[in-house]
Amino acid sequence: MAVQIPFATVSQLKEAGIVEDAFLTGLLKQCQISENKPAWLQAVRQQAAAWVARLRVPTTKDEEWRFTDLSSLVATDFVRGTPVQVENIASIPEASQTRLVFVNGVYSPQLSDLAALPEGVYAGNLNQLPQKYSIEEYFAKHQDTGDIFTYLNTAGCEDVAVVWVDKNVILETPIHLVFVAATEDKASFSQPRTLVVAETGADLSLVEEYSGTGVYFTNAVTEIWVGENAGVKHTRLQQESEASFHIGKTAVTQARDSRYTINEINLGGRLSRHNPEILQQGEQTETHLHGLTIVSGEQLADTHSIVALTKPYGTTNQLHKCIVGDRDCKERTSRAHAVFNGKIFVPKEAQLTNAAQLNRNLLLSPKARINTKPELQITADNVKCSHGATVSQLEADEIFYLRSRGLSEDDARHLLIDAFAKEIIECIPVESLQEKITQIALGKTQ
Amino acid sequence: MSEVILSVRNLTASVDGAPILKGVNLEIKAGEVHAIMGRNGSGKSTLSKAIAGHPDYEVTGGEIIYKGENILEKEPNERALDGIFLAFQYPIEIPGVSNLDFLRVAYNAKRKHQGLEEVDAFDFEDLVEEKLEIVKMKSSFLERSLNEGFSGGEKKRNEILQMALLDPTLTILDEIDSGLDIDALKIVAEGVNQLKTPDKAYLVITHYQRLLNYIEPDFVHVMQDGRIITSGGKELALELESRGYDFLDEQALAEVGA
Repeated sequence: MAVQIPFATVSQLKEAGIVEDAFLTGLLKQCQISENKPAWLQAVRQQAAAWVARLRVPTTKDEEWRFTDLSSLVATDFVRGTPVQVENIASIPEASQTRLVFVNGVYSPQLSDLAALPEGVYAGNLNQLPQKYSIEEYFAKHQDTGDIFTYLNTAGCEDVAVVWVDKNVILETPIHLVFVAATEDKASFSQPRTLVVAETGADLSLVEEYSGTGVYFTNAVTEIWVGENAGVKHTRLQQESEASFHIGKTAVTQARDSRYTINEINLGGRLSRHNPEILQQGEQTETHLHGLTIVSGEQLADTHSIVALTKPYGTTNQLHKCIVGDRDCKERTSRAHAVFNGKIFVPKEAQLTNAAQLNRNLLLSPKARINTKPELQITADNVKCSHGATVSQLEADEIFYLRSRGLSEDDARHLLIDAFAKEIIECIPVESLQEKITQIALGKTQ
Repeated sequence: MSEVILSVRNLTASVDGAPILKGVNLEIKAGEVHAIMGRNGSGKSTLSKAIAGHPDYEVTGGEIIYKGENILEKEPNERALDGIFLAFQYPIEIPGVSNLDFLRVAYNAKRKHQGLEEVDAFDFEDLVEEKLEIVKMKSSFLERSLNEGFSGGEKKRNEILQMALLDPTLTILDEIDSGLDIDALKIVAEGVNQLKTPDKAYLVITHYQRLLNYIEPDFVHVMQDGRIITSGGKELALELESRGYDFLDEQALAEVGA
């Protein structure tokens, strides 16, 4: 039996007699339940729909959403995104033939290219998944943290991006999952859903990318199962449009002796939230979380992570960095806002573990804002744990030193911002992405 | 007659509203080495920062004329590109920026300003390897983060390396000798001497006379309370060394008495 983890469950059970949340039910009603879907999926959806009916959209009175006000999301009318023609999907040369593309949540075989997929790997949507894969044993089976947006995604699930790597298969090329939102006239919403299974001894690199144009709401859920002694390197690039809303969950379950690394890069969205939740379910599991959030203008980006160590000899190492405000010296107006909350649970069962967490923030504008809360909950007594947070700004003496060598003030600022971001960007195992993100970080291509 | 490179006239400057420079006059011609000595807090470093254009050092009066042009309105990077180089007393450590990348960015900023083509990473590495010999640095220095974890001597040698690459007209060495052992001091001084040409000018700021045995000045000025109170040849430095800064007070008293 799995150890019960004291996840800080978001409890928003409605009081008796209160009517359903109109925003949530409005969205769910638009998600069609087609009759030809498998019975197990119908059952899971119904179960989740029952939760949606009992919950409401969180407000700033809920501890987990204190600094992230969803009222602008709730005030927008979204219609379900329809399949539209999209051209020019950003590709990465390292994965040009191992690429799955979903437009407004719908699989696009035309834009996808799986020519270079080796044997022992399935990447595709739910409809084409061969019978031999027992998806129902994994789908929506991650540790439940009572997250309303995850229930909403499950309840309205129409298709799934599936990546399945068989036992002992080592995948050399990364798999690129592309989720594009394209709106026409009305604000739209889509609910991308991804399931990744790395069987015992498998190894893969995954790039998950979100982008789009216009006003829309993306509610994404990704489940990753890392088998015994398997390894997953996960890069999550969120560069949604600056008018969009993005809420994402990454739920990871690690079996013994497995390794999981996430490099999350949050650049886009008017309001974005990412919840990486990692459960170490076996001994000697290793988890690395590297995060980089870069926001300017009026953007808000929130990362709430949970890592639960439940067995001996586990390690986790987290470094999350935020760069908030105007990158150029002439701009002083940004009210950008970054939120970080990182929980690490080390229960009694998790002896001889090692947990480190650091959140570093760079504030670039007088009106920019950071809320940070590193959080360790330890009940084991033979462990090594550390956590911390720093908030700083660009040092005037550093800028002067660089300017005295001939660099303009903006070039000096960019060099320092680049240096701050580099530590995270260098963790990304795909070289072309490193270059791309560096350029975006400096505001050169946005 | 040699060209005047720098002319400071009646310069007054404040930091956080407190007046530090109270009327400095100084003229440096091409080919000359001027030394400024003085106690801590006499205004030596403030003068160097004011010439380089540090925004925290507010010039409240007077002029700084560089190659015939008043540069007070110029940005620090413009002054640098025009050929003013300040070797810092405390070079800044910048983690995450490799020394090599930084040197190349600075070198190319200068090339661009001169209307020359920028140098790519490979050609630049060849160029910088040559210059490394001037300061007897190993190429492993280039891969490290800018000044991060460098010893005092390494930081100062790195300053001279930058000077060698940027080839300035006016070099200001702000206490380049402070905290250096004699070996490091010799390397730094020899580096400066190797780069010396008759069309350039040098302002050497120091607390100790010892440096001036290695970088020989044509003129020595003594600063006290924000002013240059006396000037002379290099023998003035020796006199200061043997008698200590206190003799200045006696001299000041004597002047008042006279």
